[in-house]
Amino acid sequence: MKIGVFICHCGENIGRTVDCPRVAKACEMLPGVEVSIDYKYMCSDPGQNLIKKEIIDKKLDAIVVGSCSPHMHEKTFRKAAVAAGINPFLVEISNLREHCSWVHDDIELATEKAIGLVRMSVEKVKRNQPLTTIEVPITKRTLVIGGGIAGIQAALDVANAGYEVVLVEKEPSIGGHMSQLSETFPTLDCSQCILTPRMVEVYQHPKIKMMTYSEVDKVEGFIGNFTVTIRNKARHIDESKCTGCGECITKCPIKKKAYNSFEENLAYRPAVYVPFPQAVPNIPVIDETVCTHYKNGKCGICVKVCGREAIDFDQQDRIVTEEVGAIIMATGYKLYNIDKKPDDSIYKGYGEYGYGKYKDVVDGLQFERIASASGPTEGEFKRPSDSKEPKKIVFIQCVGSRDESKGFSYCSKICCMYTAKHAMLYKHKVHDGEAYVFYMDIRSGGKMYDEFVRRAIEEDGVKYIRGRVSKITEEDGKYIVKGEDTLAGMPITIEADMVVLATAMVAQPDASALAQTVGIPYDKHGFFNEAHPKLRPIESTTGGVFLAGACQSPKDIPESVAMASAAAAKAMVLFGSDKLEREPVVAKVLADLCAGCFACRKVCPYGAVEIRDVITRDGIVIKQIAYVNEGLCQGCGTCTATCPSKSIELAGFNNEEIFAQIAAL
Amino acid sequence: MSSHNHNHVHTIADDIKDKTFQDVSLCYQCGKCSAGCPVRYYMDVAPNKVVRLIQLGFYEEALKSTTPWLCAGCLTCTSRCPQEFDLAKFMDAVREIAIEKGVDVKSKDILKFHKAFLHQIQHHGRAYEVGLVAEYKMMTMHLFADVDSSPGMLLKGKLKVLPHNIKDKESVRKIFKKTAKK
Amino acid sequence: MKVGYFPGCSQTGTAREYDLSLRKVIEKLGTSFDEVKDWSCCGATSAHVTNHKLANALAMRNVMLAEQQGLDDLVAPCAACYNRLVSSQHEVKQHPEIKAEVESILETKFQKDVKVMNLIELFMKIGTEKITENRKRELKNLKVACYYGCLLVRPAEITKFDDAEQPTSMEMLVELTGAKTVDWNSKVECCGAAHSIARRDIVIDLSKKILDDAKRHGANLMVVACPMCHTNLDMRQTIMKREFPEYKEFPVLYLTELLGLALGMDEKELGIDLHTVKFKYNELAAETAAV
Repeated sequence: MKIGVFICHCGENIGRTVDCPRVAKACEMLPGVEVSIDYKYMCSDPGQNLIKKEIIDKKLDAIVVGSCSPHMHEKTFRKAAVAAGINPFLVEISNLREHCSWVHDDIELATEKAIGLVRMSVEKVKRNQPLTTIEVPITKRTLVIGGGIAGIQAALDVANAGYEVVLVEKEPSIGGHMSQLSETFPTLDCSQCILTPRMVEVYQHPKIKMMTYSEVDKVEGFIGNFTVTIRNKARHIDESKCTGCGECITKCPIKKKAYNSFEENLAYRPAVYVPFPQAVPNIPVIDETVCTHYKNGKCGICVKVCGREAIDFDQQDRIVTEEVGAIIMATGYKLYNIDKKPDDSIYKGYGEYGYGKYKDVVDGLQFERIASASGPTEGEFKRPSDSKEPKKIVFIQCVGSRDESKGFSYCSKICCMYTAKHAMLYKHKVHDGEAYVFYMDIRSGGKMYDEFVRRAIEEDGVKYIRGRVSKITEEDGKYIVKGEDTLAGMPITIEADMVVLATAMVAQPDASALAQTVGIPYDKHGFFNEAHPKLRPIESTTGGVFLAGACQSPKDIPESVAMASAAAAKAMVLFGSDKLEREPVVAKVLADLCAGCFACRKVCPYGAVEIRDVITRDGIVIKQIAYVNEGLCQGCGTCTATCPSKSIELAGFNNEEIFAQIAAL
Repeated sequence: MSSHNHNHVHTIADDIKDKTFQDVSLCYQCGKCSAGCPVRYYMDVAPNKVVRLIQLGFYEEALKSTTPWLCAGCLTCTSRCPQEFDLAKFMDAVREIAIEKGVDVKSKDILKFHKAFLHQIQHHGRAYEVGLVAEYKMMTMHLFADVDSSPGMLLKGKLKVLPHNIKDKESVRKIFKKTAKK
Repeated sequence: MKVGYFPGCSQTGTAREYDLSLRKVIEKLGTSFDEVKDWSCCGATSAHVTNHKLANALAMRNVMLAEQQGLDDLVAPCAACYNRLVSSQHEVKQHPEIKAEVESILETKFQKDVKVMNLIELFMKIGTEKITENRKRELKNLKVACYYGCLLVRPAEITKFDDAEQPTSMEMLVELTGAKTVDWNSKVECCGAAHSIARRDIVIDLSKKILDDAKRHGANLMVVACPMCHTNLDMRQTIMKREFPEYKEFPVLYLTELLGLALGMDEKELGIDLHTVKFKYNELAAETAAV
């Protein structure tokens, strides 16, 4: 076998600490090495041409490149090898940078080590097998989990490109939190007015299969080939018959047992309900926990009034499976709740703000519902406790955000903007009202954002006080807010009629469970992890799964929409080819040696090890052995390390190759 | 305050860090402590401002303020600080440093009260209230304050005319000696 | 049941009735005290304020004595003593260099953890059933504002007892007597503490605010668990009356005195007649019922 060794200086990165010419010279002596040269920048065009020339001229069978980490340029050098006619897996990278020059100071010792590293690679490459990439078909369909603005945008983008989309939303209607908002910053557009056309577009789109009141139960497979099990929860309404007339809702006698979560618990809803009038789809849901029928079999008024016989009390959840090639996570956020938390929770709730016991101390979404024309007060500012118009409202920012002690260390990004918006909406309707905002900083870094906040202060007369609030107490229907203005250096106490807390944006409570179902990592706060915070913010570390919107980190609507389109683009990049190429570094069971202990199956994180029967010609099963599904195997090597009888080998890293490397040391 | 700098001069901020095990840079001046401090109105410099002065290096102003002396040690600030900065402990440290450096403290009466109190403990092992009040009055010349409550307290047996000395007075005196400020 | 007892300086002086009522109550509940022999000042107030090393050493001297006496736990009825003891214990545990320093000053080595309890924890340990079993009368027509003060509940990571902003443990004990409690806003607001002598004006201001708040929320009695708070809230009402002509007196009891009344003892036995503001249960109950 004729091997070529190419040592890269990597400019000064390797060359400063490792004597590359000396390494190249030393490697000339290694058995099997036909040529050994060094060059300043192997990955550059001239560098690659140098490699190709040597391969062709010297008729090399395999090459070793001493360079930076394989993460950087393994692909580059493999491509060069292929161009010159060698199998790409007969290329070994010796990491002389991250493993050598970047971690040592002594030139003499570093150079010796470099020679050793290259020697190891040479011995390995002699035993390398010429592997071929595995080709896998791609299902050109996308699953979008979450039907808020991010999910809607992503679904529309993918569908408009001509690919099928399955959109799964756990609430009875799509729309997410954006549908709850009164107006959006910085334009003060009516939120539902700009959202509902999109919701209808999704509903009517021929390429979008919309599943509401549904959840993802299981995800199996891998990029390009996911099999997803979805549970369509029972609405107890036959969707094919219901026309959305709303008679059942009007006539339902259970009017005050359940809170409407869409109205952020400021209003009740009947046992059979749609969350809001513009819900998509406009098909109700029966809440089994409060419906009389499920308690004692009585009532049934809805059945009587339904002209289409669409009520089906015995309807069961439906389980469906969908095959998709890409998954887009768009599950959004929730707001931090200041209520008292259980003793074992790491988050404490805010006792100094009343632990949620004061009715007129509300959070951002509740205020949105109060301000909204379709909300529980029909857009009039009436406070929850006595429906009186508040003449003085205090807004407090950073409740739960930037607070290690009771909440989260991060900044929730949107609160400064929406608080300014809230104050403005209030001042626009209640001209003699007073609005105070307690803030620590103003974070308004978007287009026209800072101007928006200045408008609140300069045009609408909102008073901004720089400092935090220590305590809120209630005296005779007024809320005593004790804060400090650190700019003037004086304490400020305000007797407010209502207090609005800008609480932190947190991950959905079931986000971590869903992440585990889908198989993607998440951080300590429950937000899904991106592959790289700077350059790969849309992809998760799991191939084929992309992130859109607030489920990845707190953000506002324009950012969520942008991210959703980006995720859609990523999915479509995947669908751009007909076949997916996978690295052939997969495990293989040596069937003759396998004893069938299935330790490998237990440790495989991808569920790639299956059980195979070994049968005689007469069809009698004599033993069961392990078998690796190449499609699922990610080449992590855990099974190889675990197998007690060494009956599994990892292609490209088999025992012979590894032992040769060790022996060469 | 970089500890990597080998030419670093030990400042009062470092003294405070040694005493409290926390760096003043933790404080991001949100003012929640000042907002909740029950004696805030009596202080010449707001509690958060004292921290700011130390952060900026204006040590003399911080040490001269009445703030740490008026601090009642109620711990409201410490329990509410979002950065978990123990402000009460910080005030303890500022007070101690003010004493150590012999700063001309504005709240002289309060310091005298504490000195009188500690004197009693040093000599008797426990607080001897009559002695304390007597000594405090001598130090401050506020001879007639609280005179109204004393006869009543005496009659109710609440003021012991003679001090109770603990048996092992020496051990307490030793503690005082070993922890005395140079 | 026997429990270690650290009285603290006020128990023998200005808070005599606290000590008296406490001993009587626990006796009725079948518990006795094993007082720390030759205890000394815990280091709260002045030591804590001027010399941290001294404060730690004084506090840990008593913990050391308790350990040497074989006590597993210790109740400190004064909230300031309680807080000083647990804070010093906490600091010694968190910082080995502090532990070494204190051990060297006291010429000892700490071997085990002595659990320091406050008054409310003591009654939790004795068990609420014992109180219910031994209750001789139901204290009707009392509307109690439970005042915790600062040092029982803060800082939450060290005291690890009840909620630091909206505590309810004292209410639970008070309600066992049959009295009702009120929800009010100054449960954990500061009374002015040790400024009682050198800055009386601060104490009058802060304590009056607390008393006024209790009155505004419909209480007719305040219950405390700290002798410093009691002095500020009870004894200083004389000055409040002088400075504010319309000021009406408001009775303040120690938690132990209230429990003692429920267990069948009378005001004189419990030392309630030693208070500045007069209190007689029958009179107050009748007055409230008449309204």
